[in-house]
Amino acid sequence: MTLPIYLELFLTFFKIGLFTFGGGYAMLPLIQEEVIAHNWMSVENIVNFIAVSESTPGPFAINIATYVGTETGGFLGAVCATLGVVLPSFFVILLVAQFYKKFKESKTIQSVMTGLRPAVIGLIGSAIVTILLTVFLPNGFDLTSIVPQNFLVSLAITIIMTILVFKKVHPIVIIGLSAAIGIASGFLLN
Amino acid sequence: MKEKLKNSLILFLTFLKIGAFTFGGGYAMIPIIEKEVCEKRKWITEEDILDIIAIAESTPGPIAINSATFIGYKIGGVFGSFCATFGVVLPSFVIISIISLVLRQFSDSLIVQYAFNGIRAGVLALLIKALVSMYKKCPKGLLSYILMGASFLLAAFTDVNVIFVIIGCGVAGLINSLIMKRRAKN
Repeated sequence: MTLPIYLELFLTFFKIGLFTFGGGYAMLPLIQEEVIAHNWMSVENIVNFIAVSESTPGPFAINIATYVGTETGGFLGAVCATLGVVLPSFFVILLVAQFYKKFKESKTIQSVMTGLRPAVIGLIGSAIVTILLTVFLPNGFDLTSIVPQNFLVSLAITIIMTILVFKKVHPIVIIGLSAAIGIASGFLLN
Repeated sequence: MKEKLKNSLILFLTFLKIGAFTFGGGYAMIPIIEKEVCEKRKWITEEDILDIIAIAESTPGPIAINSATFIGYKIGGVFGSFCATFGVVLPSFVIISIISLVLRQFSDSLIVQYAFNGIRAGVLALLIKALVSMYKKCPKGLLSYILMGASFLLAAFTDVNVIFVIIGCGVAGLINSLIMKRRAKN
């Protein structure tokens, strides 16, 4: 049964919104799974979009919902996807807000969180693996397809930016520098 | 009634501003929320902020949305929560809609392609930082390490649906606590 695209967008992002804990990057494996299963975006584009989202205001979840929605279903698509990702939060908070003191102190919730916090770390790790593959093995595991110059440039960028990011350089500067090096090396090497 | 409407409008505008100026995710929003909602309007107290963070972290969805909905509800009921949430989402929605049009125009440009080749390598650094930050914040212990490893391996190297991984970890946390409680009793 094929659902109209708008319903599909709404339901998929509702699912994403419902299972996103710990914000932002922890969602990446789930988003990737869903978005790729529906053929809405490639892994490469998702990674590109992380950078776009870092450079614009707003949470990653909203940004990517709006983006995927727009690309696949125009304005209405964007509304459906964004609505989908926001509604679980909205309803859960309204439910919880009535007795939030009890919620905050609930041993059950705290126990569940002891399981979810490490999960967030594992999921971010998984996202890193995905991006590593996209950057360093863009053509899959065929090692003969690796272009040494590109590999080395990417490695250099990753190392330099990691150092900079731990020196508290702003993400937008990181992205800007990465772009500049990418452009320079692209023209120099090709 | 008029008071409530006025408050809801102010909520909408306040969160519109917050949504438009918060870069880099939910946690970055907290200081701005503090300034606008706590200091400026005295709608909530410092302790409330801690409550809000705790709840926003423990409920599904982006922290930004959870905070907006929660504060909106506290100040203006259901309508207030709607106004605050709508306000915080609107700037993203508009900006990304515009950007998607722009990106489509330029996606074939060689410069843009080269730029993004570099950018993807840089994004790795951002994620590494996020990983380290989250790791520092996570309480250590056998359960934590097991779940970190398990969720990583399952998500990265198997086809297991990520949702099951998340549910599994939540349940594991619950079971672990029950076991601890039973041990403490004996």
